[in-house]
Amino acid sequence: MPKLSEGSGTLDLVADQARFAELAMPYMDALYSAAMRMTRNPADAEDLVQETFLRAYRGFGGFKDGTNLKAWLYKILTNTFINTYRAKKRRPEETEFDDVAEYSLYGRMGGLEAANNERTPETEVLDAMPDEVVKEALESLPEQFRMAVLLADVEGFSYKEIADIMEVPIGTVMSRLHRGRKQLQRRLWEFARDRGLLPEPEPARA
Amino acid sequence: MDCEKASYRMHHYLDGELTVWRRWYMRRHLNKCPPCAGGFVYEVEFRMIIAERCREQTPDDLRRRISGAIGFESGSEEGDWSP
Ligand SMILES: [Zn+2]
Repeated sequence: MPKLSEGSGTLDLVADQARFAELAMPYMDALYSAAMRMTRNPADAEDLVQETFLRAYRGFGGFKDGTNLKAWLYKILTNTFINTYRAKKRRPEETEFDDVAEYSLYGRMGGLEAANNERTPETEVLDAMPDEVVKEALESLPEQFRMAVLLADVEGFSYKEIADIMEVPIGTVMSRLHRGRKQLQRRLWEFARDRGLLPEPEPARA
Repeated sequence: MDCEKASYRMHHYLDGELTVWRRWYMRRHLNKCPPCAGGFVYEVEFRMIIAERCREQTPDDLRRRISGAIGFESGSEEGDWSP
């Protein structure tokens, strides 16, 4: 296990600095992207990322070689967000959608018949979706669902990794993901509709 | 595997969290069920869009600040650790 400042010589410090920089700095864009979705504004996202890197740097001695550095960094990001920014900048309680209805774009457009084509009307609409709409839809999810979807679908973490990062059981991760994705589909569809991005609905088919 | 189970497991399949047997049953179902196959294509596309459209670039200023802070914190005079 590498220790920061082992022997406390200046050379070790420089070596630690270099090692941390080499290993952790490449994740900055990913961490900043996640921070933007968490805090929903650039100023807080910048503070959050800076704080995350400083904490990671100070705690680098506790990082074990061979373990997942990216997951470790995300765990620090998540904890920092929960402990500082969330407490400080609490938004009015977000309403959760009921989970009764499936509101996916796919079901809505009744495109099952086109199922064998790679290009369907639904995927065309998805392709044309501006970045801002997608970001806004994700940011509109209740926090715990947003974090789960962010970690899984944007960052590609496994259920196990997300469970470690969020400090919840895997079953909780799965249920947050399930509900979060459903809500995201619904929000995306609603935002697209509100902006006139959806083609005229086709008549319902049997 | 029926359609209801397939559409539920599709998510775990795409998450890479199904056992080899369940993956095989899933593929078999998708091969003979166009509606589920269509839903599958949509789901893949949906996830790609979410992943692609939510990327940000770190502002240069923040990058400099972090580099500086780490260099400074460690007590190094130059604060220059770039390779
Ligand atoms: Zn089916």
